[in-house]
Amino acid sequence: MSDSRPPLLELQDITKSFGGVTALRGVDFTLRPGEIHGLVGENGAGKSTLMKIIAGVHTGFSGRFLLDGREVHFNSARDARAAGIAMVHQELSVAPDLTVAENVFLGNQPTNALGIVQWRRMAREAAEQLKRLGIDADPMSRLGDLPIGLQQLIEIARVLFSGARIIILDEPTSALSPPEVERLFAALRKLREQGTGIIFISHFIEDILLISDEVTVFRNGRKIMETRAADTSKAALIEAMIGKGRDALEDSYTHDITLPAPPTDKPVVVEADRLSLARNLKQVSFSVYAGEVLGIYGFMGCGQLELARILFGKLAPDAGQLRVSGEPNRFKSTADARRAGIAFVPESRRDMLFLQEPVYKNVSISILDRINAVLLKPARERALAERQVEQLQIRPADVEIDLGLLSGGNQQKVALAKWLSHPPRLLVLCEPTRGMDVGAKSDVIQIVRQLRDKGIAVIVMSTEPETVLSLADRVIVLKRGEVVREFAGETISKDRLLEAA
Amino acid sequence: MAHGDTVPMPEAQARRAGGIASLLRSQMRNIAPFLTLIFLTAFFAVASPSFATLDNVGNILTQVSVTGIIAVGLTFVILCAEIDLSIAAIANVTGIAVAYFTLQESYVNIANVPMPGFAAILLALALCALLGVVNAFGLTVIGIPSFIMTLAMMQIAAGISAMLVRGQIAYKVPPLITTLGSGSIAGIPWIVIVAALMLLLGHLVLTYTRFGRYVYMVGGNREAAEYSGLNVKLILGSVMVISAVCSGIGGMLGVAHFGSAQQNEFDTYLLDSIAAVVVGGTSLFGGRGGIGNTIVGLFVLGVLNNGLDHVNIDSFLKILIRGLILLAALVINVYAQRLRAKAAD
Ligand SMILES: Nc1ncnc2c1ncn2[C@@H]1O[C@H](COP(=O)(O)OP(=O)(O)O)[C@@H](O)[C@H]1O
Ligand SMILES: [Mg+2]
Repeated sequence: MSDSRPPLLELQDITKSFGGVTALRGVDFTLRPGEIHGLVGENGAGKSTLMKIIAGVHTGFSGRFLLDGREVHFNSARDARAAGIAMVHQELSVAPDLTVAENVFLGNQPTNALGIVQWRRMAREAAEQLKRLGIDADPMSRLGDLPIGLQQLIEIARVLFSGARIIILDEPTSALSPPEVERLFAALRKLREQGTGIIFISHFIEDILLISDEVTVFRNGRKIMETRAADTSKAALIEAMIGKGRDALEDSYTHDITLPAPPTDKPVVVEADRLSLARNLKQVSFSVYAGEVLGIYGFMGCGQLELARILFGKLAPDAGQLRVSGEPNRFKSTADARRAGIAFVPESRRDMLFLQEPVYKNVSISILDRINAVLLKPARERALAERQVEQLQIRPADVEIDLGLLSGGNQQKVALAKWLSHPPRLLVLCEPTRGMDVGAKSDVIQIVRQLRDKGIAVIVMSTEPETVLSLADRVIVLKRGEVVREFAGETISKDRLLEAA
Repeated sequence: MAHGDTVPMPEAQARRAGGIASLLRSQMRNIAPFLTLIFLTAFFAVASPSFATLDNVGNILTQVSVTGIIAVGLTFVILCAEIDLSIAAIANVTGIAVAYFTLQESYVNIANVPMPGFAAILLALALCALLGVVNAFGLTVIGIPSFIMTLAMMQIAAGISAMLVRGQIAYKVPPLITTLGSGSIAGIPWIVIVAALMLLLGHLVLTYTRFGRYVYMVGGNREAAEYSGLNVKLILGSVMVISAVCSGIGGMLGVAHFGSAQQNEFDTYLLDSIAAVVVGGTSLFGGRGGIGNTIVGLFVLGVLNNGLDHVNIDSFLKILIRGLILLAALVINVYAQRLRAKAAD
């Protein structure tokens, strides 16, 4: 770990743009042998982009790239692998249809002299390697049949044991349980002893401080700070990440916001009672009242997605109960949830919209049964859709064109509109403003407030603190499937929210 | 809401004004089968003087009737991006069942359970509906892909057929079935009328009912249908039952039409029905197409089969030609899907 050793990897003045977006501006980065280098920064800070440059995924950028002191130019990820660089991507990139063993050895299966894959040897070695990470999985089972967290671990195993000299882990722990994280760290420390250079990206600042030797902070495509992990603290890193007081744009969110007292006099619309789901949720309990917006905040993989799907009857909890207006309810389908007055907008618009169908069919789909039990009434549908289009200012204001032709922000409004013709009792919104421009964002905020004021209960789930802070009246924080903190009737700010998570 | 992105999407306008080229592209799945039909008709009309006669038009209509009845249900299934490989086997077993419950002549050597005509018809219908429910159960509750589930059902239905007739041939069916299958009124065969009515009914259901809309939406984006609070499993289950019942009706009338009920009588109808739906331009990926497409597809196949009999052509070559036409239709089907996807992006 001594800084006198020549760096494994040195990046100088790296700048990278995607069309109009500059993801990295003049970034320097150094990785030494036997160093675990933690990398933190908010979503969109440019961490993954820099890692993809190192791993040969992005080849067009400006700046110098030195490996062992010599300048290199990768033309592909394969070049980077040949140079001893391996990466676990933020997005799972396993082959779900191959076996566990094949995934562990992806690209370098052991073969005999004839080039035939040695299955038995591969299975045995895969099992051994997995055991070192404490993974107990049948090497011959199909990877896609395993839980996501396990798939993630197996992808990590592949990279850790690939023999690479430089290993990049881009947010690998979000889906892992604490003991799994510990085993991962043990494996990382062993690799560090062997002189491997490791870059570790995580939203969990404690993890970063625990495992890293060196920590670098990114914000808005710039390197803001580099320090030894021993010389810094969680608070200092969070402050560097969000740029308290310095960045005018971020300023409004670092102000304290005072949350109103919870409306305990109003009826409870939905109550979650110790909901548990496999690896994802542990005894999650909360209530949401009529006429309030409950924010649920947490990092990717904290269990939000699963929780939302349980609320809408898409997933069934392993244990625990969901009560709607006090009555226990076990939804057998999303149709049951809809009939119980629950509406849901998932984080990915494409998952809930029919892009090849006209706008009015998208708006009316969830209320057709209220228009007529058997027959379609296209005129009524169009009228309802036109009213929504006007109220939500959806542009272009034409209910006949295919939804796919609308901009992303307008599509998001249509996703909301489909639940508004017949207002639900509980509206569950996942990442309601992700990827929207400022105007569309404030429109959505307005709409949600109006709904709340009409007495609808709203749950807003997001991995972006700004989204939760700008919408919620009360906030609960999910961490690795557990509720770790509730903010109600007190002041809250972005750094306190990040602290809690 | 003081503001919003009030600038209309320029590309949306461009696309709307974007003229004939893009219209043609998005309508390719409807236009291509129609052009094929016109081309084939013209070709055979020129190649054979006996093809373009009123009599022969009647022949073609009669020849496609059984396929048409079966294809109504299959259209629902394919619109949902599923498949039903058990249609021909269910048609066969239903036809055999209705004969099984009808008093046969003494020389027919099967374990015959005679019943009044209406009871025989109801029992046969109940049988095919039941087999459809089993398909639906396997697909939606157990989660077996329809391709596999209906492959198993194909065997099961063939097995029941075999058990009922034991290699024999039955001839008698209830009088109502005989009339509808082989009778005619004012010179028009009843079976053509039944096929036309069923196609019409299928079209009305798909176009004007809530259920029909759900079928298109489930086929267009199943995930979105679920997130819109539709009971996707119920809809998928329903289309499997509809398909089985249509097959059963086709089977009963087919038996009367052919004049006998026996094992493996409907085997060619599996491919013909799938071909009719797909050649007509209904998307194998679901959500696009409909009964109108199926009708065009039926005529393409009908004209092709019939026309090849009118021109002097090696009967083995005939099989090959049918295969090639089907391949061409599949290519267009997949290609049209891609064009549309591109247009929507
Ligand atoms: N393939 C891409 N095309 C266009 N923009 C991209 C692409 N990848 C990243 N970006 C943009 O670059 C910026 C940095 O993203 P990223 O490196 O993924 O951030 P981080 O990993 O720190 O969350 C973001 O504004 C993101 O939208
Ligand atoms: Mg990232």
